[in-house]
Amino acid sequence: MGSFSNITKGIIKENPVFVLLLGMCPTLAVTSSGINGFAMGAATMFVLVLSNTVISVIKQVIPSKVRIPAYIVVIATFVTIVQLVMEAYTPSIHKQLGLFIPLIVVNCLILGRAEAFASKNNVFNSFLDGIGMGLGFTVALTLLGVVRELLGAGTLFGFNITGIEHPKMMLVFVLPPGAFIVLAYLVAINRMVQKNK
Amino acid sequence: MAKQASSSLKNMILSLLVITTISGASLSYVHKITAKGIEQSRQKKKIEAITAVLPQFSNNPLKEMYKIALFENDSLEVYPARRNDSLIGLAIASKTNSGFSGEIKIMVGFLPNGIVYKTKVIEHHETPGLGDKMEQPEFYSQFEQFNFHEKINSVTKNGGDIDAITAATISSRAYCNAVQNAYSVFQKINQQWSSDSQSGATK
Repeated sequence: MGSFSNITKGIIKENPVFVLLLGMCPTLAVTSSGINGFAMGAATMFVLVLSNTVISVIKQVIPSKVRIPAYIVVIATFVTIVQLVMEAYTPSIHKQLGLFIPLIVVNCLILGRAEAFASKNNVFNSFLDGIGMGLGFTVALTLLGVVRELLGAGTLFGFNITGIEHPKMMLVFVLPPGAFIVLAYLVAINRMVQKNK
Repeated sequence: MAKQASSSLKNMILSLLVITTISGASLSYVHKITAKGIEQSRQKKKIEAITAVLPQFSNNPLKEMYKIALFENDSLEVYPARRNDSLIGLAIASKTNSGFSGEIKIMVGFLPNGIVYKTKVIEHHETPGLGDKMEQPEFYSQFEQFNFHEKINSVTKNGGDIDAITAATISSRAYCNAVQNAYSVFQKINQQWSSDSQSGATK
């Protein structure tokens, strides 16, 4: 497997949301708008790339019995950095995502990639895997957010595209049940496309 | 490739110790860099809220902030706003727990005569699409120039003068409640003022 495929596999073939179904908590909870989905995806990607790289570097000096706590400390460190930086420089996004930023620590996508990929592969490939998986996660969350925002609020990244003030849209899509409905359809569409290839 | 470190007690303790030390050190470094920015953005948010609920002022209300007790264990923050040294209003950061989910924090601006100038939501966790309509002018503009002597601060369902948000009566009631909390603090301040001026007159 070439190193380039380490990036591309995360976006379509092994998309963490649509195929691996990892990290469902932020996927369902924060994607009420396109911007929120994108910001959450970007934050997760940042953590994923760095934690994958660092874990790949230190994997040999970590005794296998304590590897999970060691990985969690590494991940939690990067998550806290993201949180502090977001609060300082993008307070409005931090307010929206709020509680879900610290929850990146227990996002099974990140620990999953650390355990399944970074602890077995070299630094360069782990870095690429982080970028690929992170991109796939960001694309999926942004897509989910855009669809929900469009159907539920009639806006696209905050801009009203219907031309009507306060359009009557399908509110359920902004609420939690809408997340499940949209995710199910996106997973189904993804399956259909993959099958017909 | 180097051999995997064995899971001896010494190795385990040592590796975890090193990792936690490094992460602790790097976090305290990042915290030091971002602390100023976080503080600034919090202050900016407060100033924005005060600006939104009061006429133009020239002082820094954050520096003159004081607290007035509301209930036994709770107090609200009061920000006096002045223009050319004369008091033009008080912004009171009010809150209530009677919302649909979690605490609602609002900023209420009072003119010195006790009339509400404007109100603004600072933080809430109400249902998107229903209770969060409290952030839309259709609802909160009802509190502009609200005079407690002429109008009743309660939703119409309870015999008041505030039109509740459709399908979000609880959130609307909570908003009234938060404004009411701010008003009771304002009344306390007002009492202090009048007793001060009376004692001044008898001198």
